[in-house]
This record gives sequence, C-alpha cells and structure tokens, in this order.
Amino acid sequence: MRLHTLPVHRLGELMERKEFSSEELVRNYLEHISRVEDEIKALVTVTEEAALAQARAVDEKRARGEEISPLAGIPMAITDNICTEGVKTTCASRMLYNFVPPYDADAAARLKRAGAVLMGKCSMDEFSIGPAEEKSGFFSARNPFAPEAAPGGPSGGAAAVAAGEAAFTLGSDTAGSLRRPAAFCGVIGFKPTYGRVSRYGLISYASSLDQIGPFTRDMTDLALVLNIICGRDAKDSTSAAVAVPDFNKSLINDVKGLKIGLPKEYLAGAEPGVAARVREAAGKLEELGAVCEEVSMPHTAYALPAHYIISSAEASSNLARYDGVRYGLRVDAGDVLGMFSKTRSRGFGEEVKTLIMLGTYVLGAANYNDYYVKALQARTLVRQDFDRAFEKFDCLITPASPAIAHRKGKETADPLAARLSKTCSVPVNLAGVPALSLPFGMVEGLPVGLQFITRHFGEEILLRVGYTLQQNTDQTRLKPGLAC
Amino acid sequence: MTVSEKDVEQLAFFSRLDLTAEDKAAYTKSLNTILDYLAMLKELDTGAVEPAAHVLPVKNVFREDSLRQGLERELALANAPEVEEGAFVVPRIV
Amino acid sequence: MSRYEAVIGLEVHVELKTETKLFCGCSTEFGQAPNTQVCPVCLGLPGSTGVLNKKVVELAARAGLALNCKIGAYTWFDRKNYYYPDLPKGFQISQVFRPIAYQGYLDIEVDGRDKRINITRAHIEEDPGKLVHSSGSIMTSSSSFVDYNRSGMPLIEIVSEPELRSGAEAKAYLEKLKAILEYTGVSDVKMEQGSLRCDANVSVRPAGTAALGTKTEIKNMNSFRAVQRAIEYEVDRQIDVLEDGDRVVQETRAWDENKGITMSMRSKENPDYRCFIEQEVSPIELSDEWIEDLRVTIPELPDARRKRLVAEHGLPAYDAGVITSSLSLAEFFDATLEKFPDAKKISNWIMGELLRLLNARGMELGESKITPAGLASLLKLIEKGSISNKIGKEVFEAMFQEGKEPAQIVKEKGLSQISDEGQLTQIIAEVIDKNPKSVADFQSGKEQAIGFLVGQVMKATRGQANPGVVNAMLREKLAE
Ligand SMILES: [Mg+2]
Ligand SMILES: [Zn+2]
Repeated sequence: MRLHTLPVHRLGELMERKEFSSEELVRNYLEHISRVEDEIKALVTVTEEAALAQARAVDEKRARGEEISPLAGIPMAITDNICTEGVKTTCASRMLYNFVPPYDADAAARLKRAGAVLMGKCSMDEFSIGPAEEKSGFFSARNPFAPEAAPGGPSGGAAAVAAGEAAFTLGSDTAGSLRRPAAFCGVIGFKPTYGRVSRYGLISYASSLDQIGPFTRDMTDLALVLNIICGRDAKDSTSAAVAVPDFNKSLINDVKGLKIGLPKEYLAGAEPGVAARVREAAGKLEELGAVCEEVSMPHTAYALPAHYIISSAEASSNLARYDGVRYGLRVDAGDVLGMFSKTRSRGFGEEVKTLIMLGTYVLGAANYNDYYVKALQARTLVRQDFDRAFEKFDCLITPASPAIAHRKGKETADPLAARLSKTCSVPVNLAGVPALSLPFGMVEGLPVGLQFITRHFGEEILLRVGYTLQQNTDQTRLKPGLAC
Repeated sequence: MTVSEKDVEQLAFFSRLDLTAEDKAAYTKSLNTILDYLAMLKELDTGAVEPAAHVLPVKNVFREDSLRQGLERELALANAPEVEEGAFVVPRIV
Repeated sequence: MSRYEAVIGLEVHVELKTETKLFCGCSTEFGQAPNTQVCPVCLGLPGSTGVLNKKVVELAARAGLALNCKIGAYTWFDRKNYYYPDLPKGFQISQVFRPIAYQGYLDIEVDGRDKRINITRAHIEEDPGKLVHSSGSIMTSSSSFVDYNRSGMPLIEIVSEPELRSGAEAKAYLEKLKAILEYTGVSDVKMEQGSLRCDANVSVRPAGTAALGTKTEIKNMNSFRAVQRAIEYEVDRQIDVLEDGDRVVQETRAWDENKGITMSMRSKENPDYRCFIEQEVSPIELSDEWIEDLRVTIPELPDARRKRLVAEHGLPAYDAGVITSSLSLAEFFDATLEKFPDAKKISNWIMGELLRLLNARGMELGESKITPAGLASLLKLIEKGSISNKIGKEVFEAMFQEGKEPAQIVKEKGLSQISDEGQLTQIIAEVIDKNPKSVADFQSGKEQAIGFLVGQVMKATRGQANPGVVNAMLREKLAE
C-alpha cells in the first residue's frame, strides 16, 4: 500500500481497523524518506529512533483501548524554526548549527500530546529570510513537481508533504512562507489569524507578522491539525483568548449565498495563466451558489514596501540575540566587540545581513519617521482595505502567488526580486488575517495556488470554501510526477 | 544613492557585523536598490493616519506573580560555547 | 557665592518587590548560585516569549501615585536595542514612549529650606544579567562571567528633572525617595543588594544663566553618601575645566570610591537605541477604577507621618524627621508608644541607642532582636527606678542581640538597681572612709565634691546603685 500518499484521516481510519500499526506506518515513511530525500531535500534532521519509539507508544495506547486523538501515530515533520525539545533546531543558519532547544514550542507540544509522530525537521530559508547556503550545511528543498524548479521560499514543509515524507507538517508564515510554497508544491498551506496559534517556541523573524500554521494534503486534514494547534497559550502574550471552534464542523460542502470578493489589484499583477485559474475557480464557486464580485483594495501596492520596512526593523532586533554568548556559533576574538562582530558576520548569510542592516537603518533616529512610522501608517491603510472589504464579503479570492514556481536560475539572488513575488501574500501578514492556500490546477506543468482570505478569527469560512471546492472539482488534488 | 559606504560602515557597526571592503561596496549597492524601491512609500499620503501599533487590539495580558520552575542550570548552559563554574564566559569587555 | 551653578538630574533604578521576574516565573531571590534562576525567557533563548507580571504593573502604578505622578491610562513596552554580554536578547524591554507614570514630584528639605523636585517619569523595565570580571575589575580582566539570575528582574526607573543643585540635595532626594518607596511596599530599596541604583547627570553653568552646560553621566555609586561625594567632585571638576578655558566632554564617567574621583569610561559608541514598540508583550490599560483601587492602598507617607508625630505627640521636628525617614523605624516608634506613652523618651532611645547600634553593625532594624514591647518594658523599668538609665543601655544592647525580656536580663546579670538603704549603708561608709579629702572639701562648702563621692559609690556597685538615693544618703551622713 502506498501509505505515504494517503491523507491523515484515511491513515487514522486504517490504523483504527488494524490494517497496520503506527510503527509499521512510521517504518513505511522512513523507507520512503530514504528513497526520495536525496532528491527532495525537505528534511534537515530525521529523528528515526525517537519516531519509532513514539509510534510504539501510540500502538500500546491503542492496544490498551485508551482514547486517542485523530493525529495519534501519524507521521509529521516540523520546520526548523519551531523549537523541539532535545532535537536540533537551526533555522537553517550556521548561527544555530548546533542549537538544541531545552523546550518544545507550544504547537509542537500540543501535537506531541495528541500522539503525532515527529519524523524530523524541515529545511527552510535561513531564518525564513533568504536562501540557505549549501556551504553551511543547509539547503533549500526541491519542488517535487519539477526538481528543476527553483525552491519556492522556505519550502521544506510543503515539499515534505507533497513528496510523502510526512503526512502533514508545521511551518511559519511571515511573508507567505506557508502559502506560496504550498501553491508551488500543490499542497494546502494555512496561515491562521495572528494569535490563533501560540508563537511560543517559534524563533522570531518579525514578531508582529510571524504565525505558525500547517501544510496538509486535504481540507479534512487541515481541520484535524487546526483543532490541535489552535488555542490560547498562557506563555505567549500575543496568543488570543478567543474560543476555538471544532473545525471539523466547518467542513461543509456548500457555499450557497456566500459573498466572495475578487480584489482586482491582486489579479492585475498576476501572470495570465495564474489569473485565469483564479477566475476559473471563482466561476466554479458561482456555479456552486456563491456570489463573486470584483473589489478594489487600493493600498495593496504599498503593502510590500511597508512589510519590507517592518519586517527588517523587527528582524534586526530579533536577530540581535545571536552574539555567541549563550548558544549557537561563536567565533573567538580577543574582546567582546570582536567576538560579537566576527560571530555574526560568519553566522549569518548575505540576505540576513542585508535585512539586519536595513532594519538598523529604518529604525535609526534620523530615518525613524520617514520609514518606520510611515510603514506603520501604510499598515493601517492596508488593514482598512481589508476591513472595508469584509463589510461586504465573507472572504476574498486571490492568487497565492502572482506566478508559478520559477525554473531554477530564473529567480535571481536579488533580494528585491524575491520580495516582489510576495505581493499577494504580505498584505495578509500586515493585517493579521487568516488565509488559505489551496491548489487549483496547473500551468506549464506546475501547480497554481488559490488564496482565500477572511476576517480575524473567521477561519471557519475558509475551511468551508476550501472543502466545497475540494469536493466539487478534481483540481485541488495534484500528484507530483516525481517518484513519490 | 541614499546610503554611502561610510553609512553602511556605521550600520554594520550598530548591527555588530564585520564587513570587508568588498562586502561594504556590495551591501551599499543592495541597500540602495532596496531604499530606492522603498521610496515609493513617500508618495502615499499618510497625514492623519494612525500608525498601526499592535496587530490586534489585545491588552492586559498578564500572569500572576507566582513561581514557575525554570531550567536546571546544566540545561541552561548546555548550548553555551564556553562555560566556567556555572557561568557563561565572554572575552575581555574593554 | 560660586560663579557657577550645578544642574543635576538623577536616574534611579529600583527593583520591585515581587516573587517572580517581569516576564517569566523565575524567582527574584537575591544571592543564589549563578544561573540557577533562569528559564528560556530570561536567557533570551530563540523562540521564547514572555508574559507580563501583573504585580509589577500594580507596584509601578502605586509608586507613581506615591510620587504624585499622573498614571498613563494606556501604556505599552518598547525595545531599546544595544549589544552587551549581560543583555540576553540584544535589547532591553522598557517603556520609552509611554511611561506608566509621569509628571510627579517629591519635596525635600536641605539646610532647613524646603524644595520641590519634579519627577519627569517613572517607567517599567527589565534588568540585564550580572557580569563578574575574572580579575575583579572590568578594566584589567581577560574574561568575564555572565550570570543571568538578575536578567529580567522588574525595575522602575525614576527620572528627576534637572532641578537638584548640589550633592546634598541629591542625597536628600534619594533619602526621601527611598522612604516613599519603602512606605508603599514597592521595593526593599537595599542599595547594597542592588535593589536601588542611581546614575547622576551633572552639568554646570554660570550662575544666573538659563542655558544648560554640557553634561556628564556618573555611574557606579554604591551609597547615598557616594552619590553626594561623586556629584561634589564632578561639579568641582567641571568648574575647573571651564575655568581653564576648556570644554566639558559629554561622556559617561565612573565614580571610584577609593580614590574619590570620577573617571571617563571612554565608550566608543554614540548610542542610537533604535527604539520601537515591543510586539511580544501586552500593552497595559489602567482603568480609573483600577487606579483608584491602587490609590487607596497607599499608606500615610513620610511627610504626613512626620507632621503627625510633631502635632500629636509633640516631638521635635528633627526627631520626627529621623524616625519617619524609614517605615520600619516609624512603625517601631508607634508600636512602642502604644505600650509606653512618652514619645520623647522613646525617640531619644531610638535615635540614641537603636540607631547607634544599627549603624555600628551595618544592620537593618529587622535583623536585630529588639521589639517595641521590649523597649517599652525597658523604659518602664527605668521609670520605676528598677534600673538606672546607664544600666538600661547595657540591657538594651543585650536585648538588641538576644531578644530576651529586659526584666530577665536584669535578673540574670544581677543588674537591679540598689535603692535599698540597708544594702547601701555599708558601701557609703567605706567610700567616706577612703576619701577623706573629698569629704573635707564638701564639708568646707565645695558642692561639686559630692558628685565625686556619688561616682565612687556607683563604681563600687558596678552602676547598680540608685544615684538619687545615694546622693541623699551621702548628704545625710556627711551632715552628721
Ligand atoms: Mg534604564
Ligand atoms: Zn526566567
């Protein structure tokens, strides 16, 4: 049985029927990982022994007839910027090449308690900022749909799900790192409302924008994972004291009467093939009874520069703790100043350093009002665009990325060019609203992703729309051509 | 050009980064490219707009003043590059 | 009159009296082994996030109210970015833009003149860790050790307007501030444990001018006395610089207690802290109702208490000032007064014996064994004539050390005053026999000779004789 392509809820059913044990499932995944990992490079660490032990523990629990969660015994992987107790967590940076957290991120702890089995840690961009440097021992994942396609951002989590190395994964999203890679790899990516999932244990890039979320194979799995990871955490001040619904109940195959907006600014900037797919999906939703209308979100163009400024400012501060004193890399020098500077110069890659200096610039006393405050004002305007749209619409539909995954070599090392491809994703982070990235067909043999956006804590609508599309088209389930 | 190599040298110092002469030229170029792009924000009229201070209007998230078990010292020091007698060691400060 | 005027502002960091740190549940206990009171939050481990201690907000607001400040209805935290090995996150979480308390004042008295010193602001912030240098001094050490037990301890920083004009005024300000913070239960205010630290901004200008001179910031002062001396030194130094036609350099200077001088710390960095709003901790909204609830928890403050001691108990203003300078002394006084209603006698003993012993031993009142009930019993024994004032001091010292009842000490040491004439007759006879010259002097009209004879009797009884009784008996005997 090709277990590594089945969704979580199917695997659960089969284990419940004693078709196979969790240990057998985990062994099956481990074998598959050893077959494809050289090509996919989605995992920087594989925790084989611990995974088998965890699986056996779940099997024993099941044998004793204890009540277990739908995620019990399911192989998962967690992106390498989310702390896992006793398991190396590196942010794909030379700076943290040896960092072993003494604690679990809240979301990781919740999944462990639910019995999900940690297979390993997913590769990513360095600190989610720029490409990991192969020479430092880290790398970016390949796209299982086309290994010659360039990595779509910190995509280990998406690639692992697409390539069958984990049944679901956990990642983070500061500028679209859950949604764009999902789109490129033909899987589901979900960025919850800011505060919906605890940020405790997520290594900060930009605190006001970062949010943990899952990659899954289908909408049913998404609901299962959200049910576990969402909810108030007393260790995180930004964690919201908002009741969490049972997301299984949002899996409703019906969009009749829903009002869906198509922001024209998002479509205008998209490649024609991608825009066509989005319109096609909107048409399908109308066919199913939703009402789709164009809407204008006039400040969309300012989201990217505002996001650039805010994320660089926060990153310059969040990355200041890497100084060679308490953890991670240290490069020796005669004095503290030399040790700090040498450690940081060696530990960080080029794009990280550029962003740190940019952040230092925009926060400097001389530039603070022109850049930082201005960006916060633009952030208000972007948020107001959403507020106005949600007065009228239940949700919005946009491309998850204006383009399909780039072919290798086409996406330059120019950080600005890389940023420009995030125009559809960053407004969501600025506003703190939730968004779903759902595969919808292909262009030129590469997957296209839709993005659905809704108001704060309105996740249920996104599950309903995604589920309805999934039940009524065959466009949302894409199979990579690779030996997966 | 918005920043000079001299400015970048200062930014690097504030960021505790060592730059070679070659680095300095390269970072000056890429920072200016970015700053040129960011200049588009100048055209946005933000006169009376309130800056977004916090993402969501959350306030008064407190904990009670009660003790919580911290880390065993061994674990607290486990990731440190240099340790002596229960403390983190750093080279000379001045 | 000097041609120059000193302009001094103080920044005082006060550790708040909480069980746990500002953003984590680690203990704030002083003096534990290095890095034993730490967790991911106060070590700044990647991914850790903290949550604000509610008690800190209440103590800070209470301090602000006691200092006559306005309290911010909506305030938040900011990051102050700089690099130092004791600073685990590379930034300090502080309140830069919106302090919880602002625009307050306190009143001081120097050389009999009252003066109001305005307080700019009081804000909450976290303490960094502690550095221990391998050779003892930062200047000569080849390495340093970092202990993060103190990292994340809750502080308030209280900033005065530059309205102080001398080292003596600065010291008076600190003493008053310390008393207010102690009264309100906001802090232990122990300078030797670092729970109160003070930096001074000092500049001078020609007397009568308004423009401010270039200031220096003085650090490393470990007592109020040191603050006064450092400021006095620095003012003189700056005047000398100006008199020589030079310019004062804006810099940070360290006070050297042994040499009695300030020295440049030669910092290379012209700091730009790049402050911005902290996103990882919650803003604070203090409702009017909450503020009022806190206001009623503020006890009678030192000035009011001093006035009450003068008005209700007729204490001299000086005595009342000394007693109310510390809450523990003032409470000790009140409790003693309940059991022994002679305010002046109590204040004499507090200001005399009690403070003498505390100062001599460098102790806090709470560390001694003396109790108000004990002092009241002692004063009653003296009043009854059971012991003399002098013996009383000996008993007091024993009470201070051992905490026993005075009557028991008197009994154990056999210190009862001898007023019994029968017991004294023999001794008086012997003294008269041994001192014929003094006897003759007295009898020839030299009144003061009696004093010598009384003294001899006291000596022979090791101070236990009742001097009044001895005096009367001697006169009677010599008149025979
Ligand atoms: Mg301060
Ligand atoms: Zn702690």
